[in-house]
Amino acid sequence: MANTKEVRKQIASIKSTQKITSAMEMVAASKIKKTQNEMQLGRPYSEKIKEVISHIANSSSEYSHPFYEHRETKKACFLVVSSDKGLCGGLNINLFKQVISKSAELKAQGIESNFALIGLKAASFFKSVGGDVVANVQKLGDKPDPDALIGLTKTVLDLHRNGEVDQVYLCGNGFVNTMTQEPKVEQLIPLPAEKTDELTATHWDYIYEPEAQELLEGLMTRYIESLIYHAVIENSACEQAAKMLAMKNATENAGDLIKELELLYNNVRQAAITQELSEIVGGAAAV
Amino acid sequence: MSTIKVSIVSSSEEIYSGEGTMVFATGSLGEIGIAPGHTPLLTGLAPGPVRVQNGDDEKTFFCSGGFIEIQPDLVTFLSDRAERAESMDEAEAIKAQEQAEKNMHDKESELDYTKAAAQLAEAAARIKTIQKLRKNK
Repeated sequence: MANTKEVRKQIASIKSTQKITSAMEMVAASKIKKTQNEMQLGRPYSEKIKEVISHIANSSSEYSHPFYEHRETKKACFLVVSSDKGLCGGLNINLFKQVISKSAELKAQGIESNFALIGLKAASFFKSVGGDVVANVQKLGDKPDPDALIGLTKTVLDLHRNGEVDQVYLCGNGFVNTMTQEPKVEQLIPLPAEKTDELTATHWDYIYEPEAQELLEGLMTRYIESLIYHAVIENSACEQAAKMLAMKNATENAGDLIKELELLYNNVRQAAITQELSEIVGGAAAV
Repeated sequence: MSTIKVSIVSSSEEIYSGEGTMVFATGSLGEIGIAPGHTPLLTGLAPGPVRVQNGDDEKTFFCSGGFIEIQPDLVTFLSDRAERAESMDEAEAIKAQEQAEKNMHDKESELDYTKAAAQLAEAAARIKTIQKLRKNK
């Protein structure tokens, strides 16, 4: 039977772990608010730029952008957004599973894939799994800076321009609510053309100042950047939510363990007292 | 009086959304004035002040580079980073300009000259916006 000292030690160690997990839970809970707020702030820009892009798609422009071109696909690029830190449950691994299965699906069609990674977790995962990694950014922190993503975006878009990559997928976690996050793999390029507006009814086009090609090139790049930035922000909100949940579970589990161990401790102590008593009684009878 | 729907957004926040009878901004090819019913136009947005008139009321915003989309009934400013002109600190802007100028003349440092030039243009535009605001007061 375990002795009381051992059990006490165990309880103390679990208690201190519980303190850490509950502190982390509270930190994550306060960060959720911030990241959700940031998501809200970034939304008008994404909505507006989407609107403009859909207007352009519906205009009878003399210049069609390569991002709308459906060409024969030989290679696809997966842009994977992950978190930098762990301890957030199955958030990252669920996403990676989906990426891998999509990549396998493409491979069956004879399409090779490579990866552009955001976040430390994706980097270490694809290092162990093996995969052609073309770009990597990590340690974006709690407040991701849009500037930090420009390099990665450019690398991927340049690959597309040079014809080395024909499709680009954006993979990240979608924020449903604090309890639910959903891994998503969405096609980024070619852009799905949405020709449903009433704007298509008439033949019209913009006046471009200066050149259509130059302007659309810039605008498209900005659009892709904004989509990626939004995915990063959303993923960071997901990370905090998942972390809060994981830490909450850990704290609860630690509580259960402590309860069980305390019961064991009391049993052991009682047994020791009973034994001592019977020894004394036995000793007295012998005298 | 007819109005046009104006929205000014930056990647980090919504700056302004409302109606205007006339809008002035600096496009990449020069100053433009936008009245309701303007023909569809797509152009670059140069760093500088954007003025929104609604009757007698006039508001000024500072926009750094980006894009302007104009439809007959709406105008959208997609700014990389926009901020309220009133809240800008002129000293800060001048400091930024000096820093940019210093960077440009500093041959020793390994610096991206195009970036420095862009910084300089932006700082100059900021000062212009502030000075314009002062004059109006």
